[in-house]
Amino acid sequence: MRYAMAIDTKKCVGCGDCVVACQTENNVPIGYCRDWVVENVAGTYPQIELEIRSERCNHCENAPCVRCCPTGASYIVEGGVVLVEPNKCIGCGACIESCPYDARYSHPDGYVDKCTFCFHRVQKGQDPACVSVCPTNCMYFGDLDNPNSDVSKVLATRKFKVLAPEAGTNPKIYYLI
Amino acid sequence: MRTRRDFLKISAVGTGGVALGLSTVKLANASTPGGIFSKKSKKQVVHERFPTYCEVCFWKCAGWTYKDENDKIFKIVGNEDDPHCNGRLCPRGTGGIGMYTDEDRLKKPLIRTGEPGNQSFREASWEEALDLIAENLTRIKKEHGPECVALFSHGTGGKMLAHLLKAYGSPNITAPSFAQCRGPREVAFTATFGEEVMSPERTDIRDTKCLVLIGSHIGENMHNGQIQEMSEAIDKGATIITVDPRFSTAASHSKFWLPIKPATDMALLMAWIHVIIKEELYDKEYIQKYAYGFDQLKAHVKDMTPEWAYGITTIEPEVIRKTAREMGAASPAVIVHPGRHVTWYGDDTQRSRAIAILNALLGSWGRRGGFFNPEAVHLPKYPSPEYPKPQKSWKDAFPGQYNLVNEVLTTGICDATIPNPDLGCNLKAWIIYGTNLLATLPNQKKTIESINSLEFMVVIDTMPMDITGYADVVLPECTYLERYDGIRTSPHREPNIALRMPAAEPKYDSKPNYWIAKELGKRLGLEEYFKWNTFEEKLDWQLKKVGSSLEEMKVLGVKKMSREYDDLYSLNGEDYEFNTNTGKIELYSTELANEGFDPIPKYTHHPEPPQGYYRLNYGRAPMHTFSRTANNPNLTALKKENSVWVNPRVAKIWDLENGQYVWLKNQDGVVSSFPIKVRVTERIRWDSVYMVHGFGHLEKRLSRAYGKGASDSELVTHVMTDPIMGGTGMRGNFVTFIINDPKKEVAS
Repeated sequence: MRYAMAIDTKKCVGCGDCVVACQTENNVPIGYCRDWVVENVAGTYPQIELEIRSERCNHCENAPCVRCCPTGASYIVEGGVVLVEPNKCIGCGACIESCPYDARYSHPDGYVDKCTFCFHRVQKGQDPACVSVCPTNCMYFGDLDNPNSDVSKVLATRKFKVLAPEAGTNPKIYYLI
Repeated sequence: MRTRRDFLKISAVGTGGVALGLSTVKLANASTPGGIFSKKSKKQVVHERFPTYCEVCFWKCAGWTYKDENDKIFKIVGNEDDPHCNGRLCPRGTGGIGMYTDEDRLKKPLIRTGEPGNQSFREASWEEALDLIAENLTRIKKEHGPECVALFSHGTGGKMLAHLLKAYGSPNITAPSFAQCRGPREVAFTATFGEEVMSPERTDIRDTKCLVLIGSHIGENMHNGQIQEMSEAIDKGATIITVDPRFSTAASHSKFWLPIKPATDMALLMAWIHVIIKEELYDKEYIQKYAYGFDQLKAHVKDMTPEWAYGITTIEPEVIRKTAREMGAASPAVIVHPGRHVTWYGDDTQRSRAIAILNALLGSWGRRGGFFNPEAVHLPKYPSPEYPKPQKSWKDAFPGQYNLVNEVLTTGICDATIPNPDLGCNLKAWIIYGTNLLATLPNQKKTIESINSLEFMVVIDTMPMDITGYADVVLPECTYLERYDGIRTSPHREPNIALRMPAAEPKYDSKPNYWIAKELGKRLGLEEYFKWNTFEEKLDWQLKKVGSSLEEMKVLGVKKMSREYDDLYSLNGEDYEFNTNTGKIELYSTELANEGFDPIPKYTHHPEPPQGYYRLNYGRAPMHTFSRTANNPNLTALKKENSVWVNPRVAKIWDLENGQYVWLKNQDGVVSSFPIKVRVTERIRWDSVYMVHGFGHLEKRLSRAYGKGASDSELVTHVMTDPIMGGTGMRGNFVTFIINDPKKEVAS
């Protein structure tokens, strides 16, 4: 089982609901975030393109954060979800430096924190909070190994890309383009 | 089955027919009112949830407020049965919790001790504050008549205060949602189709094949249901045509973006009408059966060719033709969106008329993928005596004007407040509920002049806002998560009701609006109008009249009812009488002609920015509502200030860098109180700048919002008033940049 997310850049309006929903669901302190929105503008008026992306931990199959963690606090669980065990984390920040997506931050309580794909919800069969709340329905979540999952179905029919493919991390956030 | 005209008659009266809930209710796993339990298998953590509907904006999505194991509110999630949100709240709804947790909230009743405008108050008991209000209202009624008191209201809670004011004897109950927002479109659509667009809008976006947005920035304005349906339409391959001088988010999702020269939309609309008639792209049967004035319209637009419009709009003739053909091909499943905030240039009713006419030609009104027939549940009023009949009203200040206006103009109240010996009604007191008038109304100077003419002013809000500084008494209302409110009955595809109930006790010394209204009622001798002992009792009485109950609604949150009147789509060849003078869709408006206005819209040239100035366009960010969320801790975390969008060519002339702070000065010499960050971007034309509305707060007690960004309202000093309905056209203001701090320059 490999959990993954696909995000449709043709529908996302960059409202930030995913960010607020993550904050309230996961009690992320205000001023920090596990997910965020990026806007890229290309071209010259009036020939312009705009891409809006909701970004977060890519739950990489080849995760540099897990490899470099000196205490084993960063680890991969069932479904390929990358997690951090706060009690084992010494806050050294090696994982923050190693992440090509800048997806981790130092929690004020002294450990490193990041997106968990809402593992507590996923275990109950629910979608991550960001996916469940998105007003544009632009996010798809599920198991890549299951051809009938929302994410597999949409990836089978649409063009997509991943971020920083050159890093060789095998990320599991796909952007539909 | 009753007809749509019956429905409209009842809607206009506001009482009457009772829709009975026909659906059987499942009370699955929810026997305790107010609490459905989500159980975590191992720890048995119980999350209690309470139904509510959102009060962060006017869309009023229904949801559930969740409390954690420590009895603390921790999240709000959409109600899946709610047609406004389909289980998905927007960032503001999700972040609505910040309204509750904001430590800058108003905490105690306040009585002013210093000069108006300064936030110099002493804390008071509810008893003292309410007595003081009652004393003043009693005196004003005696000396000047009850009609000399006005209520400005924005939000659900205002309804109880409106009831109080009507019982007291005043008809002057107003909201900025008309003259500063959607008024022109409602008057224009009523003149054309005999019905308003209503809220939520009756646009059938989910089934449309072509959506045309004229300056309407869906996605940046977070009108939840519309965004959800636009997304659905994108999935289904609908064509989106966006007309905007700015490359909006919607433009980036569109097949066609028409980067129009600002203030020229009317020329484009008329050229589209020209092409649609000339190339016979219109719905001939529909027009023949339902419309009045086609020949006059045809003659009127004869010379309004795409080539003519090109010279005005800078949109190439072929693009105009091509987009008109797209609309024609999608007809009748096409929506030329009426927009929402449409008070732009003072001829806004006429521009909205052109939009209505275009929709009529395309046969989209009353058709699938166009405009559906919404229906609302009619909740009977709780028994109370008749209201006294007012002897005068704000309209006395405008003899012969605004005959087509059924609502009260905010700016009309301002005008009727400034003493004028020739006019009958000079207002003496204002009650302001949930609206920060200094940011809401254009021309702050005039608003302050009106306030200075008052004898007494009350502000009721959850937050200290710029306007609270001018109040004699400030009352702290509790937030929507801490109170009951009236049942939501907004019109939709399926009529439905939604309940708001408290999830927690009110924080601090704040109180719900219904309690405030009843307590004031008691003191004003109006007890008879508030005969319920508890608000629950009132709600339960009303709910039982429509086949539900408070107990049931505590479990369901939202209940859908069956339609009582005609179908969702009604104009597929059936006979139909429109609620207009001719009983037809009026392409040629007899009503406007009778009032001496143009019966068919004309293009008017609007002033352009002088050298070195840029048209000030403003809009919304999806994570904020007006100026009311600027201090919300969850939402300021997403966006804490606005920026001024500047085209790189303009930035080069002014030597501006991205991220630099500048002050803005308008054509009347008004300089923004605070500097604003420059955003150099290709997404804006070189003849205009853009900023998000609602920032630049002057109120120091807003610890996160004070001085963050600039206020567009402050810079909107030139107002172009719509002669038909009094709307305040606000997009004729031009600004230039001030690089160095103007205050320091004066000091040196």
